[in-house]
Amino acid sequence: MTGRAAHFHINGEEYNIYIRNADTLLYVIRGKTGFTGAKPGCLNGDCGACTVIVNGWPVKSCLMLAVEAEGEEIITAEGLHGSEIQKAFVKYFAFQCGYCTPGYIMNCQTLITQYPEADRNKIKEWLDSNICRCTSYEEIEQALYSVLRQHR
Amino acid sequence: MIPFDFEYYKPSSISEAVELHRQLDEAGKKPVYYSGGTEIITLSRLNLFYTEAVIDIKGIPECCLCEKEGTRLHLGAGLPLAEIERADYFPLLTVTSKDIADNTARMKITLGGNVCSELIYREAILPFLLSDSQVVTAGASGEVSRPVNEFFNKEIVLEKGEFLVRFITEERFLRAPYFHTKRRKQWNTGYPLITVAALQEEGKTRTAYSGLSPFPFRSRIMEESLNRDNTPLRRKAEQAVNNIPHEIISDSEGSAEYRKFVLKNVLMDVMTRMGRRGPE
Amino acid sequence: MLSKFAHAEIDSISTDRAMKIPGVRGVLTGEGLPLTGEEMKDRPPVAWGKVRYHGEVTAVVIADDPVTAAKAANLVEINYKPLPVVQTPSEAVKENAPLVHENTGIYEKDEGVNPIPGTNIASHTKIRKGSIQRGREESEVTIEESFFIPPSDHAAMETRSAAAEVKPDGKVIITTSSQAPFMVKKLMNSYFGIELGKVVVHTPLVGGGYGGKASVQQEILAYLASMKAGGRPVKIVYPREADLITAPCHMGMEATIKLWATRDGKLKAAEIQYLVEAGAYSDKAIHLTRAAAIDCTGPYFIENVWCDSYCVYTNHPYPAPYRGFSHSEVHFCFERAMDILAGKLNMDPLELRFRNAIRPGQTTPTQYKVNRSTVGDLPECIRRLKKLIRWEEGAVVRINERQLKVKGISCLWKNSTIPPDSTSGAIITFNEDGTANLISGVVEIGTGTKTVLAQIVAETLKMDINNIFVRMEIDTQTTPEHWKTVASRGTLMGGRAAMAAAEDAARQLKAIASCVLRARIEDLDIADSRVFIREEPDKGLHFKDIAYGYTFPNGNSIGGQIIGRGNYILRNLTHIDKETGKGKPGPEWAVGAQGVEIQFDCRDYTYKLIRAISVLDAGKVLNWKAARGQVTGAMSMGLAFAGREAFIFDKEGRIMNPQLRTYRPLHFSEKTEYIVDFVETPHVDAPFGARGLGEQGLISLPAALGNAISAAIELQVTSLPLTPETIWRMKEAER
Repeated sequence: MTGRAAHFHINGEEYNIYIRNADTLLYVIRGKTGFTGAKPGCLNGDCGACTVIVNGWPVKSCLMLAVEAEGEEIITAEGLHGSEIQKAFVKYFAFQCGYCTPGYIMNCQTLITQYPEADRNKIKEWLDSNICRCTSYEEIEQALYSVLRQHR
Repeated sequence: MIPFDFEYYKPSSISEAVELHRQLDEAGKKPVYYSGGTEIITLSRLNLFYTEAVIDIKGIPECCLCEKEGTRLHLGAGLPLAEIERADYFPLLTVTSKDIADNTARMKITLGGNVCSELIYREAILPFLLSDSQVVTAGASGEVSRPVNEFFNKEIVLEKGEFLVRFITEERFLRAPYFHTKRRKQWNTGYPLITVAALQEEGKTRTAYSGLSPFPFRSRIMEESLNRDNTPLRRKAEQAVNNIPHEIISDSEGSAEYRKFVLKNVLMDVMTRMGRRGPE
Repeated sequence: MLSKFAHAEIDSISTDRAMKIPGVRGVLTGEGLPLTGEEMKDRPPVAWGKVRYHGEVTAVVIADDPVTAAKAANLVEINYKPLPVVQTPSEAVKENAPLVHENTGIYEKDEGVNPIPGTNIASHTKIRKGSIQRGREESEVTIEESFFIPPSDHAAMETRSAAAEVKPDGKVIITTSSQAPFMVKKLMNSYFGIELGKVVVHTPLVGGGYGGKASVQQEILAYLASMKAGGRPVKIVYPREADLITAPCHMGMEATIKLWATRDGKLKAAEIQYLVEAGAYSDKAIHLTRAAAIDCTGPYFIENVWCDSYCVYTNHPYPAPYRGFSHSEVHFCFERAMDILAGKLNMDPLELRFRNAIRPGQTTPTQYKVNRSTVGDLPECIRRLKKLIRWEEGAVVRINERQLKVKGISCLWKNSTIPPDSTSGAIITFNEDGTANLISGVVEIGTGTKTVLAQIVAETLKMDINNIFVRMEIDTQTTPEHWKTVASRGTLMGGRAAMAAAEDAARQLKAIASCVLRARIEDLDIADSRVFIREEPDKGLHFKDIAYGYTFPNGNSIGGQIIGRGNYILRNLTHIDKETGKGKPGPEWAVGAQGVEIQFDCRDYTYKLIRAISVLDAGKVLNWKAARGQVTGAMSMGLAFAGREAFIFDKEGRIMNPQLRTYRPLHFSEKTEYIVDFVETPHVDAPFGARGLGEQGLISLPAALGNAISAAIELQVTSLPLTPETIWRMKEAER
C-alpha cells in the first residue's frame, strides 16, 4: 500500500485525510486542510518558510513525510492567531512581503517556549534556520526580544 | 513533491526491520532504511533517488538510545541531531552537530541519516572517528559490533539489508580536550569548505576532516606531522597539508588550491587551541 | 520540463508516453507558438528548434494534479545535439563567437531597439555628450579599468506562480504573483491578439519581487497550457530550482571605464563601455542596457561623456529587472573607477566625490540640466556620510597583527527610465458610515506603498487612517492601472493619483454639504471626517451623513455614493536621442552616499561586516519605519550580492547552485549594523516631496564593499562576488 487514510491533530482539531506515503507534511497541510500558513519556499529544507510546530519543536514540513506526523500534535501559523509573538511582529514591523513570516513566527514561538532564557547565541542559532529575503532581521530580533523579556 | 510512490513501514524491533527488508527486497521493491529521511525526501523530489518501500527505524528502541551506561555512551542512529545536542554527552559531537545544516533541520536530521548520507560531508562521523568508537549494526546475521574505522573507510561498509543501529563511545573521549571549526566559502551559512574536528588523547592531537576530500576522514599521517615536537607551528601545518592522504576536491565551494591554503591556517588555529603550538 | 543544456539543438521531442498516463490533459511544446519579448520578440514561450539556456522550458505537462504531472514529465523524451556555449558578454562580442540567435536582425521590435545583425548584440544605446578629445586635452591624469559581474538572482521567498483559465466566451482569467499585472494584460493582447477587455489579471499580495516579478514569463505558459487543455484552469508553481534558473534572473555585466581628470580632481571626460548580459533572450535586458547608459557616470557632473551600452546575448538565463535596474552594476564599476582615480591622484576618495558631485544647474549624461527638485542634494549626503562613518579615522586602521578595520564609501544616483506615457490611477469609494475604500493599481510586494497611499489619502482628506480601508488585491478589470510596481515609482505616481482622488472626493463631499449647509463651497473645510463651515466649525456634517448622498427630513435626497477618482501621468518625459542619448528620461534623480565598514583578516582574507551606512535624499520621509525597512532591506541584498551571490556555471554553461543551500541569501547571523539617515530635499512634483527609496539602499553598497576590500589588500578589486577565495587569488597572483 502506498497510501491510506491517516489521522492528524492540527491546531487542536482532528483530520482524517487520504495521503500518499510519499506526500510531505507540507503538501498535505496546504493541500488537504485549508491551512496555508506553512509556505513552500524551497521544498528542500533550506528556507524555513514551511516551519510548523510538531510536539513543541519546530519542523520544516517539507522535510517530513505526512505519515511521520500522524497522531502528533501539529500547529501551523493559524494555530498561533492572536499570540504575543504574532502581535510583536506587527508592532515591530518585523516583515515586509510577509512570505517568510509564518515560518519565523513558528520558530520564534518554539524558542520562547523551550528557551525563555535564550541568549544571543541561541537566538542566532535558531533564527539562522529561516531566510527573510526582504531582510527584516533587525525587526524580527526586536519582536522576539520583546516577547522573551515578558517571559523572563 | 515526490514523483513516485512507496510503501511505508515502521517496525518496532531490529529483527522485524531486517525481516521486512529481506521480504521487500525479494519482492523487488528496492527497500531503504529511513531515519530522518530529509535526504530521501529532497533527492526523491529531484528524481535523484528511487525506492518502492521505506523502513522507518525510528520506532526501534535501540536506534533511539541516548544514554550513558557505565563508561560507555550509546547514541542511536535514529536520534535527531538536535536531541543529541540537548543531551550534550559528547561535547565535540555537540559542537560538530551544531554546525550541520541549521537548527530546525537538525530536529529532523538524524545521526544515522547524516553518517549514511550520499553527500560528501557527513560531518557527524568526525567525532566518532576520533574517539575509537564502536559501531553496532544489524543485519541478517543479527547485531554486530565493530570499530568505527571498519564501518567507515571512505565509504560506509554495510551488507545488503544491514543498517546502522548505534554508536558506542568510551567515556574518556567524552571528557577529552577538543576543538572544532568549520570554514565556509563566505560568512556563516552553507556547506563546509573545510570542517576540522580535533580531540586530544594521550598527549596527542587527533584530527578528522570533512569537505576536504570526497569523504570525511581521519589521517594518522597528518596527525604525525601535527604532533611532531620541536617543530614550529607553521611548519607542522604545512607538513600536514602536504601529507593529505586523499584527493582534495575542487567544487563550487572552493578550489583544491584554496582549500589547502585555508586548511593550513585552520590547522595552526587547531594546534593553538589545543595548546600545542610548538616552538616559535 | 527544463533544458539540461545551455545551448543545444532539439533533435526530437516525444510526448507519446507522457500522454498515455491517466490524468494527463496535454503536453505543450514550442511548436507553432508566436515569439515573445517586451521590446524585441525573440523568445519562443517554450523552446523550439533549440535551447539557449540551462533551465529553459522545453515542454509543459498538464495533468489533474502535480504528482501526475511530475510522473508524466519523466516520460517526455527529448534528444539534444549540444552546441558550443557562450558564457560571457566579452566572449559573445568576439568575431566568430557562436551565435545565440541567428535572426537578430529580423525580429519584430520597438522603436529605440538597435540590434546588430549577424552578432550577439541585441541592442546598442549611445551617449555622446561634449567631446572626449577636448576633455582629454584638459586633463593631466587618466585611468582605465575593466570589470566583471556574473549573473545572480532575486530569490524572493515566494517562488513565482501563475494560473490561467480560458472561459468559453474567450475571456482569459489569469492569477499571478506579479509586479506587473497590467503589463500581463497588455502583453497577452500583443502576443496573442486577445482583446484587452477579455483579459482579466488578478494579483494577490506578492511574496517579494525585487524586480524579478516584473517580467512576464509564466503567465504565458499558464495561458498556453490552459488553451491546450481546452480552457481548463491550469496552475504553474515554480519549484525553487526553476525559480532560480528558469525564471528571469539578475543580470551580469562587463565594463571598461576610462576617466580623465585634472590634477586637482576635476573629472573632465569619461569613456565607458557597458556589456549588459542579456543571457538567452533580450526581454527586459534592452531596457536595462538603456538605463545603464542614461546614468552611466554615477552622480557626477562630467562635461564630456561617451558611453556605449550593449545588450549582449549569452547562453545564460535572461534577466528581469533587479532592485536598482542595472544601477548597482553600473555603480560597482564606476565607483570603483572613482576610487582608482582617487588613488592615482593621491586624493581622498570622499573629497574627489564631493568635488564632482552633480549640483543644480549642471547636466547629466543625457544633457538634461538638473535643479534642486530633480537632483536633490548629493553634497549634503556626502557631508553626513563623512560624519557617520567617522571618515577622519582613516580608511584603514590596524587593530592587531592580523586584523584591519577598513572603510569604503561610494555615491549613487538613480532615475527611473520608465516609458514616458506610464500612468497610475486611484479610486476612493465611500461606505455609508463615512469610512473610505482606497483602490490603487500599486501591487503590495512588501514595500508598504499601499500604507503610504492610505497615509496620503488620510492627510488629504484629514481623516483618521483607520477609517480608510485599502484594497490589497489587484484585478485589472476593476482596479485602475498602475503601469508596473517597479522603479521606486509607487509613491510618486500612485501617490499623486491617490491625492487627486482624495481631492476629487473632497470636492464632491463639499458640494453636497454646500447645499445642506447653504454655504458656498469655498467657505467649507474638511477635518475629522466632517465638512464644516470654516468660520463656525461646529456647523457641519459628518461624512456618514453625506458619503451616500444626503437625505432631507422629508425624504428628498441629493448626491449619491461618493466616488473619488484620480490619475497621474509623468510630465514632459522624452525618448532619448538615438545618436546622442539626449533627453529627459525620467522624472528625477534620487541621490545618496553609502559606506561600509569591515573587519578584515590579513591572514585568511576573510572579512566580517561591522556596519553599513546609507545617507539618502528621500525628498520627504512619509513613513519612517517603512522607509528605514526598505533601505536596510536593500542594503542587505546589496551586501549579499556583493559578497556572495552569483550563479556558478560549469564549462557547459549549466548552473551548479540552483538551490538556496548553494545560492545563499543573507541569513540572520550575517546581518550587520545598519545606519540610515535621510536628507530631505523635496521633489516638487511628488506627494509631499517624497523621492523613491525602495532601490537606492542597494545601489552603491557593492562598490563601497569593493572599495573597502581594495583598500585592505592594496589591490584593485574588479569583479564580484567578493569572496575570500577571490581575494586570495588576487594576492596569489601578485606574488
